[in-house]
Amino acid sequence: MSEHNEQEHHIVSPKVYLVILTALLVGTAVTIWASFIDMGPLNPIIALAIACTKAVLVILFFMHVKYSTKLTKLTVGAGVFTFLILVGMTLADYFTRAWGRW
Amino acid sequence: MSDSTVIAQGAAADEHHAHPPYQRHHFETIGQQNDATNFAMWLFLLTEIMFFGGLFTAYLIYRNWYYPAFVAASHQLDIFWGGLNTLLLISSSFTMAMGVWCAETRKQSGLVLCLVLTFVLGLGFLGIKSIEYHEKWEKHHIPGLHFSTQSFADPESDTEVFEKYHDKALAPDMAAHTELYFFLYFAMTGMHALHMIIGIAILAFMIVRARAGAYTNGHLAFVENFGLYWHFVDIVWIFLFPLLYLISRH
Repeated sequence: MSEHNEQEHHIVSPKVYLVILTALLVGTAVTIWASFIDMGPLNPIIALAIACTKAVLVILFFMHVKYSTKLTKLTVGAGVFTFLILVGMTLADYFTRAWGRW
Repeated sequence: MSDSTVIAQGAAADEHHAHPPYQRHHFETIGQQNDATNFAMWLFLLTEIMFFGGLFTAYLIYRNWYYPAFVAASHQLDIFWGGLNTLLLISSSFTMAMGVWCAETRKQSGLVLCLVLTFVLGLGFLGIKSIEYHEKWEKHHIPGLHFSTQSFADPESDTEVFEKYHDKALAPDMAAHTELYFFLYFAMTGMHALHMIIGIAILAFMIVRARAGAYTNGHLAFVENFGLYWHFVDIVWIFLFPLLYLISRH
């Protein structure tokens, strides 16, 4: 049943694309606006949070992952997970040591 | 040996069923072929994510180490140009997505129009990037023998940027670390621009093919998978823009 659905090619309608385009433009405006407010260490965190949200929108809708096969979903998910482990562990190591601060 | 060849050929002739000309023989169905191609494209994009991820990680680590140098150096970037380029690239992702829709619904002229728009927006992005690079060249902010730390050791000499940010002068050793910022800036935006150039070249190829009627005959795997590549390049810029231009304003 579910396999039958996966075989069918889902066509994403232009309406969805327009909504995502608007969301991405609003996200860009918000991230520029937020950068003008001094929030100390929160500035990069908010900028990255907005960027991640925009990236997820692009991946799910423009790149059709929301409508893709389980194989594609698993591939993307596993890839992002591995990526976060690599980057997260590296940053955790570097940021918690005093080396380089001279 | 010869017997088995005969058997294999005989079996192939018996089982040969009708299929579209673009379906390869080793796939059972066209759906299976499309799934396999899509899977392969995503594997390629994952290697790209790891590649750019290394650059992003290096940037974050060095920004943490040489924070004053990275803040002062990022003030050299113009948010107007960066924002405009973000606008162009997001719009080009939209036109590309619409191109895939046109191919799916077999609208040939619509597909050609979308591909041309994507092509033009991509070129516009590179044009603006070249304006920015040229300014770095004029100010000796390109890492190498001619690199100058004057804008950072003596910020008041760089009147245009000083009026906006009023940066304090950096000590000579910290000012020297701005070169690392610009090295990462050129490495990251340069690799991104290279991906854009490759994408634009493929777009030109696709425009010619689409005008000849390709992709609107039901076989659009090439357009779809190129779309994935183009959106990936967009995502890289979605992260580059805030990290390079925005987060160091204070």
